[in-house]
Amino acid sequence: MSEAHTQTREFHERIDAALHNDQLRQNFRSALTGIMARRAEQFPDDVQLQALREQARMVRANALVKQPQLLEQLEAKLTENGIQVHWAENPEQANQIIYDILHAADAKTVVKGKSMVSEETELNHYLEKRGLTVIESDLGEYIIQLAKEPPSHIVAPAIHKNRREVAGLFKTFHPEIPYTEDIDTLTQSTREILRTRFAHADAGISGVNFAVAETGTLCLVENEGNGRLSTTAPRVHIAITGIEKVVEKLSDVPPLLEILTKSATGQPITTYFNMISRPRQPGELDGPEAVHLVLLDNGRSRIRVDHELLDTLRCIRCGACINHCPVYVQLGGHAYGTVYPGPIGLALEPQRIGIDKVGTLTSACTMCGACGEVCPVKIPLPKLINRLRAEAVNGERSAAPISGRGSLRKSGEAGAWKVWQWLYRHPGLYRLFKLAATRLRFLTPPSLGAWTRYRSAPRPAARSLHELARREGFRHE
Amino acid sequence: MPMPQQIYFFATCLVDLMYPRAGLAGMQLIRRAGVEVIYPDNQTCCGQPAFNSGYRDEALAVARAQLGCFARDIPVVVPSGSCAGMIKKHWPELFAGQADESEAVAVAERTFELTEFLVDVLRLELEDLGQPTKIAIHTSCSARREMGVADRIESLVAQLANVEVLTQDRKAECCGFGGTFAVKQGDVSGAMVKDKTDALRATDAAKVISQDCGCLMNIGGAFEKQGDGLGTQHIAEFLWERTNA
Repeated sequence: MSEAHTQTREFHERIDAALHNDQLRQNFRSALTGIMARRAEQFPDDVQLQALREQARMVRANALVKQPQLLEQLEAKLTENGIQVHWAENPEQANQIIYDILHAADAKTVVKGKSMVSEETELNHYLEKRGLTVIESDLGEYIIQLAKEPPSHIVAPAIHKNRREVAGLFKTFHPEIPYTEDIDTLTQSTREILRTRFAHADAGISGVNFAVAETGTLCLVENEGNGRLSTTAPRVHIAITGIEKVVEKLSDVPPLLEILTKSATGQPITTYFNMISRPRQPGELDGPEAVHLVLLDNGRSRIRVDHELLDTLRCIRCGACINHCPVYVQLGGHAYGTVYPGPIGLALEPQRIGIDKVGTLTSACTMCGACGEVCPVKIPLPKLINRLRAEAVNGERSAAPISGRGSLRKSGEAGAWKVWQWLYRHPGLYRLFKLAATRLRFLTPPSLGAWTRYRSAPRPAARSLHELARREGFRHE
Repeated sequence: MPMPQQIYFFATCLVDLMYPRAGLAGMQLIRRAGVEVIYPDNQTCCGQPAFNSGYRDEALAVARAQLGCFARDIPVVVPSGSCAGMIKKHWPELFAGQADESEAVAVAERTFELTEFLVDVLRLELEDLGQPTKIAIHTSCSARREMGVADRIESLVAQLANVEVLTQDRKAECCGFGGTFAVKQGDVSGAMVKDKTDALRATDAAKVISQDCGCLMNIGGAFEKQGDGLGTQHIAEFLWERTNA
C-alpha cells in the first residue's frame, strides 16, 4: 500500500474516532468558545487591531528577510553574554546536543517549561530512554505527561481534558492527594508537587518565544511561573527553539508580545514575561551557572526559500488560528496526528515533514478563512493550504523544496478534473450537458456517497437559468 | 461608482443548473432598477472547484474560457460570495504571468458580489409587500471574509418592514460546505452542518437566507434529510418575492 494511501486512511481513522467521542467534542467546543470570546474582548477596536497586526507582520517579515545575519548577530551577542549557542539541523542532532550537555553536567533530573520545538524533536522520550527523569512543569503539560499523551493544542496542551478527567488522573497518579474536581485545588496540589521538583532538579529546559539579535536576549512568555523556575532554579538552563524565532531589535518585542498574549489566551499580558540574557554572575543570589541555546532548523531553511511559503515562518505560535478553526473544534488536536494541529499545522507540517507523509492534512479545511482573519501576523493560511493542495497533486507546478510533491495525485481524480475542464471549457458541450441534466433530472441518483449521509441529494432544476433568462427577455450575448 | 447602464450577469454553475430562480431574481432586481442585464451565453464556471482542489491548470483553463464573455468594461455581477471571491481575489494569482493576465485582472476589478452591487452601486431601496415573517441570515464565509461584504445582506433585509431577523449562535462559523471538502471530508462536513442546522433551528426562524447557494444546498439539504428543518432561500429570490407587486 502506498504511503499516500496509508496516511489518508490513518487520518480518516483518527477523524472517525474523534467524531464519535462526544465528550471530547464537547470539551473542545466549550473551551474554544470561551477562548474566542476572551480574545474578542481584547480587541474592541478593529482599526487598532489591524494596525497592530500590520506592525507585528512587518516585524516578523523583516526578521525573516534578514534571518541569516540576525542569527549570526544573535550568536555573537549571546556568546558575549555568556550563553552558549548550539546549532542543530534536525531533531536527532538537537536531542544529542541536549543530552551531551546534561551528561557533561552530570544532570539526572530535568524540569521542563512548555516547548513545542521539544515536541518536534520528541526530546522527553529521547532523554528518558537514556535514563534521565524529565518532569513537565506547565500544568497542562504535566497533565498530559501523566496521561502519556501528546499535546492536543500548541498553547493549551491539555485542552481536550475536562476537570473530571484531570481529577481522575490525579487520583491514579497522586493517591496521596484527596480526590477533588475543583480546579483551584488541583492547581494548588500541582504547585506543591512541582515545588520540590524545581528545588531538586539538576537542569531546566525551556522554549523561547522571541530571540533578540540586537541584545542577545531570550524572551519567554508564560502564566504559571514554571518557566521562570525552570530557567532559574536548576544549575543548568537549556533553551531550545526554531531558528525562525529570531527578531532584530528589543523594540520589536512589545508589539509582538501584546498581540501574542491577546490572540492566544485573551490576556492583555501574561502573568510572567522572562527576559533571559546571561547566566548567574558573581555575587548574584540565583540563576543557573550555565545557559545554553539550541537553535533548530528542522526544515525551516527549506521553507524560507519559497517566497510564498516563507510566510508560514512568521508564525508566533499563539494558536488563534487553531481556536477559530471550525474543523479543529470538531476534531481536536490529536486527530491531526502531527505536532502542530489546526490551520498552522495544515500549512506547516506538510512542508516540514513532507506531502508524502502528511499532505492529506490539507483536506481538513473548508477555506472559510477564519484562521487568516485572526492571525496576528497576517499569515495567509488559506492561501498556503491551497498552494499545498496544488503541490500535492501536481509536483511540476513549482520548484518548491517540499518532499513528496505530486505524491497525492490519484489518476481517477485527476482524470475527473480533466473531464470537468473539458466540459466547462466548451460552452456547446456544457449546454448539452445541462439540457440532459435538467430534462433527465428524475434520474438524479438519490444517494451520493458522503453527501447524502447527512443531506438529501441535490437535484437539477427543470430549466437552467440560461433558459429562464432567455424566456424572461434578458439580453443574450 | 456611478450607476452603470449595463451589467454582465455571471450566473455561476451552481445557480445556473440548481438554483436558476435565485439567479433570475437577481437579474430582475437589477433590471427593475433601470440597468440592462446581459446574460453571456458562453459562460460556464469561474474555476473554483478545481482551484480549491489543487488542480490549478484545469481551473485556469476553465477561467480562461470565461474571459471572452465579459470583455466590455461594464460590471460583472455574481450571485455568490465564493464565486465572486474566486474571480476577484484568485483570478489575479491564477493568471499571474500568463499572456491574458491583464484581461483577467480587468474582469476581477469590475466584479461584484450581488448584494454588494445592490447596496453599493444601485443603492437599492426596497418596499416590503410581504406578510410578517421571521428569518435567520447565514452569511457565507467568502462573502464575510474574502469579499468583506457581510453587512450588505443585513442592510438589504433591514429595509423590509415585516421581516424580523433572528440571530443564531456562532453565526460567523462555517456551515461545513467548502466545495469538495463536503465530499473529501464528508463526516467532518456532516458534523459541521449538524451544528449549523441545530443553531438555526433553535432560533424560531421560518427560513434561512444566504447569498451563497453552496451554503444553502448544504444547510437546506441537511434540513431536508433531518426531516424537520427550516426553509432556505437565496437572498435575491427572497427580496424579489417580497418586493415585486
